[in-house]
Amino acid sequence: MPSLPDMTTPDVVALAESAAAAQSHDPHVQDVDLKPAFFDWLCRMGDNTLILGHRISEWCGHGPALEEDIALANTALDLIGHTQMWLGLAAEVQSEGRTADDLAFLRDAMKFRNLQLAELPNGDMAVTLMREFLFDAWHFHMLTALTRSASPRVAEIAAKALKEVSYHLERSSDLVVRLGDGTQESHARMQEALDRLWPYSGEMFVADAVDDAVANAGIAPVLADLQPAWQQTVEEVLAEATLTRPEGRADVHRGGKQGRHTEHLGYILAQMQFLQRAYPGASW
Amino acid sequence: MYAQMVKSEGMKSADEMSPEERAFQERIDRNEKIEPKEWMPEGYRKTLIRQIGQHAHSEIVGQLPEGNWITRAPTLERKAILLAKVQDEAGHGLYLYSAAETLGVSRDELFEKLHSGAMKYSSIFNYPTLTWADMGAVGWLVDGAAIMNQVPLQRTSYGPYSRAMIRICKEESFHQRQGYAIMMKMAEGTPEQKEMAQDALNRFWYPALMMFGPSDKDSVHSAQSMAWKIKMNTNDELRQKFVDETVPQAEYLGLTVPDETLRWNDERGHYDFAEPDWEEFFEVIKGNGPCNRERLEARRTAWDNGQWFRDGLSAYADKSAARRRAATVAAE
Repeated sequence: MPSLPDMTTPDVVALAESAAAAQSHDPHVQDVDLKPAFFDWLCRMGDNTLILGHRISEWCGHGPALEEDIALANTALDLIGHTQMWLGLAAEVQSEGRTADDLAFLRDAMKFRNLQLAELPNGDMAVTLMREFLFDAWHFHMLTALTRSASPRVAEIAAKALKEVSYHLERSSDLVVRLGDGTQESHARMQEALDRLWPYSGEMFVADAVDDAVANAGIAPVLADLQPAWQQTVEEVLAEATLTRPEGRADVHRGGKQGRHTEHLGYILAQMQFLQRAYPGASW
Repeated sequence: MYAQMVKSEGMKSADEMSPEERAFQERIDRNEKIEPKEWMPEGYRKTLIRQIGQHAHSEIVGQLPEGNWITRAPTLERKAILLAKVQDEAGHGLYLYSAAETLGVSRDELFEKLHSGAMKYSSIFNYPTLTWADMGAVGWLVDGAAIMNQVPLQRTSYGPYSRAMIRICKEESFHQRQGYAIMMKMAEGTPEQKEMAQDALNRFWYPALMMFGPSDKDSVHSAQSMAWKIKMNTNDELRQKFVDETVPQAEYLGLTVPDETLRWNDERGHYDFAEPDWEEFFEVIKGNGPCNRERLEARRTAWDNGQWFRDGLSAYADKSAARRRAATVAAE
């Protein structure tokens, strides 16, 4: 009788334990006064990466070139990895015995805290790339600031994510330039994507009480302080791409951070949460 | 096995061979690797293009049945693992198209043949993935069957193909373990999960056996390919090896292989098992499988919708080359 190959080694638990032991002590995680705002803010970070990662993963196998299939899957994978870290910390801060998976798969749309920009449908590659670029530019400057966070746990996650996001920004900037300054058609598509997404981009910088609380605690930067750097990155890339920054307001569509979403999020969740909802308590 | 029924050029005896062909065959017999710029018989080159191309197509079409569950993966970890896996498949496609390019055929030419139906991909990817357990079954059985063929192909005579296989095999064996890990979770889970796991095995068992291609007695192209060492084992040998390794794994899971005739044969030292329905196989190859139309349409649509994107990048590349030239001229 042939032998059963070794396919059952349980090393996951040991890995998780050693990772947990390596984490820094962080007094913010147990700070009761800070908890509601800190939890909400961590959900914002994790929900952005989860929902954008979900959207990008929809491209899998349908990209315009093999290299793009690989890059899109890779980007989605990075974002899901960030989600595990942000929502994992959120669950810890909440201290109600929930996990990152519980937060991802068992909250309804009202409780989701991602920017509306992240949940917009993929459209064509122009919309997908422009959405990535506008987000990446914010993500990059946000994470750069977070590496100096007063919360060591937040700073650690930011440092880890920043390595990948630097590459995301490099890639999306490069493609925006190439397609903006490519053919007439690619230029027109990129401009149309920019015009369409621009009114969603301002939400990134509109602070509310949650943002103020984490900024006051030194955990996160003041959002308005990020805007000049974002603006500069965006304007430089758009200029090189021969694209025109839209005239209108950038903060027309907002509310995602407070749980008011577009119609699209409900469908994302219906799909994403299907198994956890259909088979409550099952282990996968 | 991701290459099925690859048509090979006719077999020649040593007397019929030209001196060049004889010297070539002797190199292969000495286990020397053939490299891109070296002389090779036209039939060797053509057969390799067909085989590597079919394998590459299988990798990229293979993204679709698994990509089908990425947005519905049940946990963040499973989602990450599945994304990583599908990304690996696309990467395998890239190595293989590159290996084929060394034989003088471009990726675009191969794509065109895939889209027109002139070239095939593995029959297995024309079956639907219906439940989450299918992500387990595909990794366990489909990648498991692929490995059976690909491990020996690491020693294949064509250098770039052999080197691509070495990289691919490392990742494929990891995929198989991931698939098996999903099956273990499902098999020890709730009654519903166990039912999904059994159903996945029921649906994928015979299509997995078909991956090795028709029985040796009906396989007309094997002899020459084996002499050239671009096929290392017969279809039946590999199928038997797969069954022998997989049945105990199914037993460990507490699942039943959907074959009432399955028995361990002490005398042969192998399992006796039922052949798959070869009529079904030939229908799937002809384009009449459950998902042939969707799979090919998805690939064609992706390609057509991506035309402006690829054109845009080419136009930019031309413009910047022209700008660089102009700058050089201005500097001189």
